Amino acid sequence: MEPLLELRDVTVHYRRGRTTICALDAVSLDVRPGETVGLVGESGSGKSTIGRSVLGLAPVRSGEVLLAGRDITHLPFKQRRETYRHVQVVFQDPYSSLNPSRTIGGTLAEPLEAQGGYDRAAVRDRVREALERVRLPAEAADRYPRQFSGGQRQRIAIARALILSPQLIVFDEPTSALDLSVQAQILNLLQELQAERNLSYLFISHDLQVVRHVSDRVFVLYQGQVLETGAAAEVSEAPAHPYAHALLQAAPLPNPRLQRERRMARTPSIRLESSSSTDRCAFAHRCPYAIPVCEFERPELRPSEHGLVACHRYPEWCAEVAPDIPVRNGGPS
Amino acid sequence: MTRLATDPVASLPQAPSAQRGALGTLLRRPAAIVAIAYLAILVVVSVAAPLIAPADPLGLDLARVLSGPTQNNLLGTDSLGRDVLSRILYGGRRSLISVVEGVVVVLAIGVPLGLAAGYFRGWGDSVISRISDVLLAVPGIILVLVILAVVPRNEDVAMVAFAVLGAPSVFRVVRGATLRVREELYIAAARVSGLSHPRIVMRHVLPRITGPVVVQASLFAAYALLFETGIAYLGLAADPSTPTWGGMVGEASTVIQQQQWLVIPSGVTIAVTILAFGLLGDSLRDALAVDERIASSAARGGKRAPAPVVVENASEPASSREGALLDVRNMSVSVLSEDGVTPVVEGVSFDVMPGETVGLIGESGCGKSVTAYAILRLLPPELVLASGQVFLDGTDIAAASDRDFDRLRGRTLAYVSQEPQPSLDPTFTVGSQLSEVVRNHEGGTRREAKQRALELLELVELPGAQQVARARAHELSGGMAQRVAIAIALAGRPKLLIADEPTTALDVTIQAEILALLRRLKAETGLAMLLITHNWGVVADTCDRTVVMYAGQVVERADVQDLFDRPLHPYTRGLLESEPALAEPGALLTAMPGSVPAPGSWSSGCRFAARCPFAVAECSDGAVPLAPVGTGRQSRCLRVDEIFGAVTA
Amino acid sequence: MLRLLTQRVLLAIPLLFVVCAGTFLLIELLPGDAAQALAGQTSSDEQIQQLRESLGLDQPLLTRLWEWIDGALHGDLGLSQTYGLPVTEIMNSRLSVTLSLVVGTTLVAAVLGVALGIAGALHVGPVGRFVDGLSLAGLAFPSFFLGLLLVSWLAISIPVFPATGYVPFSTSPTEWFRSLVLPVVTLALPGVAVIAKQTRDSILETMTRPFVRTLRASGVTRRSILYKHVLRNASISVLTVVGLVFVGALGGTVIVESVFALPGLGGLAVEATLKNDVPIMQGVVLYFTVIVIIVNLLVDVAYAALDPRIRAS
Repeated sequence: MEPLLELRDVTVHYRRGRTTICALDAVSLDVRPGETVGLVGESGSGKSTIGRSVLGLAPVRSGEVLLAGRDITHLPFKQRRETYRHVQVVFQDPYSSLNPSRTIGGTLAEPLEAQGGYDRAAVRDRVREALERVRLPAEAADRYPRQFSGGQRQRIAIARALILSPQLIVFDEPTSALDLSVQAQILNLLQELQAERNLSYLFISHDLQVVRHVSDRVFVLYQGQVLETGAAAEVSEAPAHPYAHALLQAAPLPNPRLQRERRMARTPSIRLESSSSTDRCAFAHRCPYAIPVCEFERPELRPSEHGLVACHRYPEWCAEVAPDIPVRNGGPS
Repeated sequence: MTRLATDPVASLPQAPSAQRGALGTLLRRPAAIVAIAYLAILVVVSVAAPLIAPADPLGLDLARVLSGPTQNNLLGTDSLGRDVLSRILYGGRRSLISVVEGVVVVLAIGVPLGLAAGYFRGWGDSVISRISDVLLAVPGIILVLVILAVVPRNEDVAMVAFAVLGAPSVFRVVRGATLRVREELYIAAARVSGLSHPRIVMRHVLPRITGPVVVQASLFAAYALLFETGIAYLGLAADPSTPTWGGMVGEASTVIQQQQWLVIPSGVTIAVTILAFGLLGDSLRDALAVDERIASSAARGGKRAPAPVVVENASEPASSREGALLDVRNMSVSVLSEDGVTPVVEGVSFDVMPGETVGLIGESGCGKSVTAYAILRLLPPELVLASGQVFLDGTDIAAASDRDFDRLRGRTLAYVSQEPQPSLDPTFTVGSQLSEVVRNHEGGTRREAKQRALELLELVELPGAQQVARARAHELSGGMAQRVAIAIALAGRPKLLIADEPTTALDVTIQAEILALLRRLKAETGLAMLLITHNWGVVADTCDRTVVMYAGQVVERADVQDLFDRPLHPYTRGLLESEPALAEPGALLTAMPGSVPAPGSWSSGCRFAARCPFAVAECSDGAVPLAPVGTGRQSRCLRVDEIFGAVTA
Repeated sequence: MLRLLTQRVLLAIPLLFVVCAGTFLLIELLPGDAAQALAGQTSSDEQIQQLRESLGLDQPLLTRLWEWIDGALHGDLGLSQTYGLPVTEIMNSRLSVTLSLVVGTTLVAAVLGVALGIAGALHVGPVGRFVDGLSLAGLAFPSFFLGLLLVSWLAISIPVFPATGYVPFSTSPTEWFRSLVLPVVTLALPGVAVIAKQTRDSILETMTRPFVRTLRASGVTRRSILYKHVLRNASISVLTVVGLVFVGALGGTVIVESVFALPGLGGLAVEATLKNDVPIMQGVVLYFTVIVIIVNLLVDVAYAALDPRIRAS
């Protein structure tokens, strides 16, 4: 099946005054119809930049972004607008993503008005439908954002993303600013919507547990490079890359006993702060398993047990981890 | 399993009351009303001058020269016997026209350029900003004088020139406001909706900057009038026989030795009019600021109830353990606002034993941070400790004097906040701040303090302590800055550390390291900790005991393993079940419907009843006490036994 | 620091050039020219043309500009039509008057303004409201009106200070001081108001920043926090305003020197405007620009000293 979205060796550079920052370094990924692909990484990993590249909001220096086979990397505005019928976005901050001076109805109508071809009645109907879909009352259309909670605002943002009936939605940390209970409601909503309409999701988050929960496949990013990819369940249980392993170990599990056991096996990491890296493995300076070649040669993505991994020492490094301690998640006992 | 319920319509507040807006706030201020009224009258009077002026402004009467106020001439006459009042009425016309000219030109230049520079950035922005800086390098009035030297007595040209020279300040304000709006996510969202840049500017940017623009226009009007009257005073403006306010002051100055009154009518008129413009601008600026505050607070807290909700604070038995280091008993904190006194924390009790780590967990709005601030006596002015006691090592520190409490700060009781870099003064090196705190606690020489500071930096595992000490906050990463903050907190060798979400702002790998550090410090120094968090993983990783808060109350207290193994409150259980880490991948999470009730809208019965799958009528009847359930555990639930099975004593 | 200084100085030179050339260009673009303005309505075209030639205004723009710059670099700014003296000589004789006035004003405004601002921040009630009121009054009173009122009360009704005139410092320090009191008060009032408001707002804003809470929690005294930490952080925006007050005062000399008949550059500018004397106006622009550049430089240096983040960038 042809992928709905494809990134091929996409590189993005940002200019901050006189310095140039490499946000993405030859990243490739794909999203198939109906699936959820998770992008996980810490700050500076470039995960948000991938989202922006797909949406045409980032300066792509080289590489291609393909939507259903069509190159959308650099498009003139009219054609770019057309792609927005197929790709939409939900941002992280529900307090910043809605214009406080416009009513909810006005905000939801905007995509329809921008694309054109909908008369007033059609707009009204679709707005009402969209609100219904995200379980908000129709009266909400006449209210202003300040009258809603964070979770409700995020639903409005989701309604806006759905209103043009896209095939792919980019979620940039959609629940990071929400409480745990609200996050659960939103994640459930997203799941239901996906099932109803066979949507594809590109789900960006720093929270490995959330990504694991919602994704079919996962890409692990560090400093603008993809270090590992594979099925979500497998990458979270037996990661092929030391960084993915470190991420997994670092996130504390809600289980005191298990945490105690894990702590005893945790491998120390070198606490040096980041530096740029195009000709070496981005993680080398922090990796406890690094060998000299890691500093001089950037590892290519090659097949791992369940996906792809960019590591010179795979699968040898796995043997150096204390063998007994599981990396699995525990459930409530 | 659990179907997502539609939020009940009742959860949306009434539309009008929350929509007062800046204009409404403005019109409630007496100063603004007076200013607007005055200016309106001035405009009307100036336009109608030919109709209402008592005398001809140019009419000489050499018999009645320099008289003070009389029946015929209410404001007196000038050195040529002309009626002052009439001249003032006519003079207003010239001044107002000039002000309008000035404001129109300054906005016509400053607003479009500011919008373009702020929105599109790039080289255009640099060029225009440079030009703007150049224009600010010379006092405007000099350049206008240069122009008047070549094109004499042309007030219109002078006003336009003044406005051109004043445009940089409007440009700066508009550019700044545009930059801020541009960073908002709704601009990016509008782009992804398919709006072109010009349409985004018209629809989203322009309405949001209108406020600051009107403020600037008002203030510029004040300056324009100041300038216009100044030029007229100097005799550089129009034809000397045309009455102008400034010109009248000028004439008055020549006869000031003989007649001191003459300066007053024209001078006061000028001052009052400028004042009116200035007041209008200031009031508008304040109204906009209030409006912003309402918008952002409404987002998080919701509307406050008009009448204070007085809940019977059933004084619960002090179920604290013996020998507790920190013993909080029945603490209540309220917020003071225009709508009255609203409790945000009510009857909270818990304790911390020496060397123990207690996790205070809850979602936003539950009051956990406020509880911490109350213990530390760092509440912002609008929050007050309404009742309760806080025992630290046996003494009630809530009742202690400021002086006595200050002695504890940093020494027995220390604090680490959520934001690592903002916790440090950016203008000092990290080392000097640390030394300052050390000297404050222990005295000693500078060198001794410096030595101790370096020791502390090593204690928190910072490599290259010397280098770090010389760095400033913005040069450190989040993790390093947080370690420094912990070092500062440890400087006084405290017994209890209150950490407010210490790792929330950090990457997960850094978080793990900071938590490991805290655990190590606890093991080595016997430090007790009150850790405030919303993250169950953090609680599981570091805490010995947990206190769960909901809507300003403690709903459950238990040892950490007991809580995770078997939560005994429907909220705790619901919250744990919302955790993706504990769920089956791909399955729906068990999500609790609804949302946390905001302070002011708490019910008098169980505050969780509205969302609880096990609620019965009894739950909403009256206050639910925090009752013991099993060993060393308490739960605020009437139906514990029925829901969770009999709890063994 | 040194690098910052040299950078700024190097930038100042083209800035100066741009301003002066700009002024030239401005005059060129205006309808009519100096000759026409000087000659007035009554002269014939021939007379105007003769005047133009004698002033050298018939030469092309660039030639005139170059000659002027060349002259300026050698300390010669041309001859004043109205006074018959070299422009430089006229300007220099009046420089000390204006500088005394403006520097005095800025110092008074800064000291009083900061003191009031701190008081307003610490005692939020009545003093705070006073500061607010003052800031409005300071703006509203035009300097010529205020000056005349002061003259009326303190020079005529009760002759405490001289109504007009200036006494050089070298002649009599006391008289110099007395002759400057009323003008400085007039010019400084808006400055005090603006600085007080900015100081107060800045302090209150800094107090809400997280590091203040951290310092407090670690036991540092309130006094120490205010005077050591808060003031330092708040001073940056106050410094900006002090610089603006200086530049504003410089412009204000135009009026105040006229009100009090002080023989300074501001008064000179007014006279020259009334007499359409372009060479003097160009000289005034040059002098004022140089003064403003120097002041901005000092402010930048002070910034860098206070805020190390600026030093680094």
